[in-house]
Amino acid sequence: MLTEDEVKHIALLSRIGLKEEEIPQYQKDLSAVFDFFRELETLPTDDVAPIGHITGRTDVMRSDECEEFGERGREQMMKNVPETKDGFVKVKSVF
Amino acid sequence: MIRLLHNKLVAGEITAVDLAKQYLKTIKEKDGEFGAYLTVLEKQALEEAVIVDERLKRGETIDLLAGIPGAIKDNILMEGIRATSASKILDNYIAPYDATVIAKLKAVHTVMLGKTNMDEFALGSSTENSAYQVTKNPYDLTRVPGGTSGGSAAAVAGSEAVWALGSDTGGSIRQPAAFCGVVGLKPTYGRVSRYGLMAGASSLDQIGPIAQTVEDVAIVFSRIAGYDPHDATSADSGHGKKYEDYLGGDVRGKKIGIPKEYFSSDLDPKIRVLCDQALEYFKSLGIEVREISLPHSSFALPAYYIIQPCEVSSNFARYDGIRYGLSINDEKSSVEEKSTLLETYLDTRRHGFGPEVKRRIMLGTYSLSSGYYDAYYLKAQKVRALLKQDFEKAFEEVDFIFSPTTPEPAFKIGEKTTDPLKMYLGDIYTITANLTGVPALSFPIGTVSEDGKELPIGGQLQGRWFDEETLLCVADAFEKEYERCHSV
Repeated sequence: MLTEDEVKHIALLSRIGLKEEEIPQYQKDLSAVFDFFRELETLPTDDVAPIGHITGRTDVMRSDECEEFGERGREQMMKNVPETKDGFVKVKSVF
Repeated sequence: MIRLLHNKLVAGEITAVDLAKQYLKTIKEKDGEFGAYLTVLEKQALEEAVIVDERLKRGETIDLLAGIPGAIKDNILMEGIRATSASKILDNYIAPYDATVIAKLKAVHTVMLGKTNMDEFALGSSTENSAYQVTKNPYDLTRVPGGTSGGSAAAVAGSEAVWALGSDTGGSIRQPAAFCGVVGLKPTYGRVSRYGLMAGASSLDQIGPIAQTVEDVAIVFSRIAGYDPHDATSADSGHGKKYEDYLGGDVRGKKIGIPKEYFSSDLDPKIRVLCDQALEYFKSLGIEVREISLPHSSFALPAYYIIQPCEVSSNFARYDGIRYGLSINDEKSSVEEKSTLLETYLDTRRHGFGPEVKRRIMLGTYSLSSGYYDAYYLKAQKVRALLKQDFEKAFEEVDFIFSPTTPEPAFKIGEKTTDPLKMYLGDIYTITANLTGVPALSFPIGTVSEDGKELPIGGQLQGRWFDEETLLCVADAFEKEYERCHSV
């Protein structure tokens, strides 16, 4: 079973704010799933090469060109930004 | 059904506007009950229908899918239209561009009626994780339609759309299709562009069609498939193939494999009976049925529930309250009043995401965190390689792999929401196709009786990579044989 502190740590790494009262439920739910993963320990895989996806394609290249979305595209993108300043996306201060 | 409607449009027996109006009317009358749609696009649908009617009036030839009303899952972007993925974090998000599949459908002048409900960010198996509404199964309103493309499947089953697009990461097209008694195709990974589909687990996600018949699925699939330079995993093959043209071909001598691991003693006897009956239909079509083994099957589910959350946790870093969507900073946890970036992340994601999304992000983040990567993600990727080998070996012997789509019929609303692991276990038959990338189709094989209601059961055929035409051809032959035997 994951400890309370472990759940808090995972939540912080995940950038998800958790309330104290929510922690026991996540402890229970996440631990049950991690226990379920243990089934994989019974399968020897030392000699197996992992695959990330099935297409077998690697390093798909394209020329490094800017695709112009146009004024309308820019406007539509910026409309979704929560906070803007002078046509730029505004980011909160880090500290 | 699409061909029939197309012929009526061309013959002038109906107009595209009348057809669109008829479906919009059904939505108005029935969707309060079904809850399939999040957004209805009445104006856009009618405008497109007018264009189709004008073209017909000028004597122009129109595409098979032109003017045929369909529905789009809400995680697929349509320019200028709200796209929430059924999440509060995207409550106010307006898509700035068209997904490739939407651009392709617009090019053939199909009519899009609206955006359908789903599990939030396509995480779940029942559409109960939607932040907006519960979608009900048209066969029994006390039951779920399946998920995550539950709105799309319910819309088709409830006659609120002729066809619909869903997305499938672990069964999200096939399982709702099975629960709602319709046909659903998860194409080979790479066959349909993912550009403009909100990324869930990028190595598993595919867009695909849901419709009443195999032929309808083939018609929609032909119009969304194909290479797209905007998706680096898009396959450069099968250009302009019309899959509906392959239907009706000779299926005699094809071989179907029955994995012994999928038919263990704990399979519901009522579903087993329907599977046995389905195999008899295949045999009467001249198809050979033989037992095969997929030895690593039991490891697919844990491997999937590592890989999927890992990719989700990485992809969902984009929901940060900075670039789009919800932005909240209300829990000033620091001593100073000034809000910081970290607080915005924490608060936005706490308020914006539902419980299942949070669970998956945390599962994935932990599995990828330092010290655990080898034990979880790397291990799961190795299991994935073994599963692929199982399939390669099986396809040396047989052409298709048959199983039920789900281990049970549609379950009651609320029955599994308190136990996430129980919900995950229902994906047993569908997830392997995503891990191995093969195309897989769910189609009705009969019904079982529960509480006095007849609930549909789906059968699943998995085929060779990029061989959707044979898969659709055999399923179409089955469908016709099934109809013939049941119409007497």
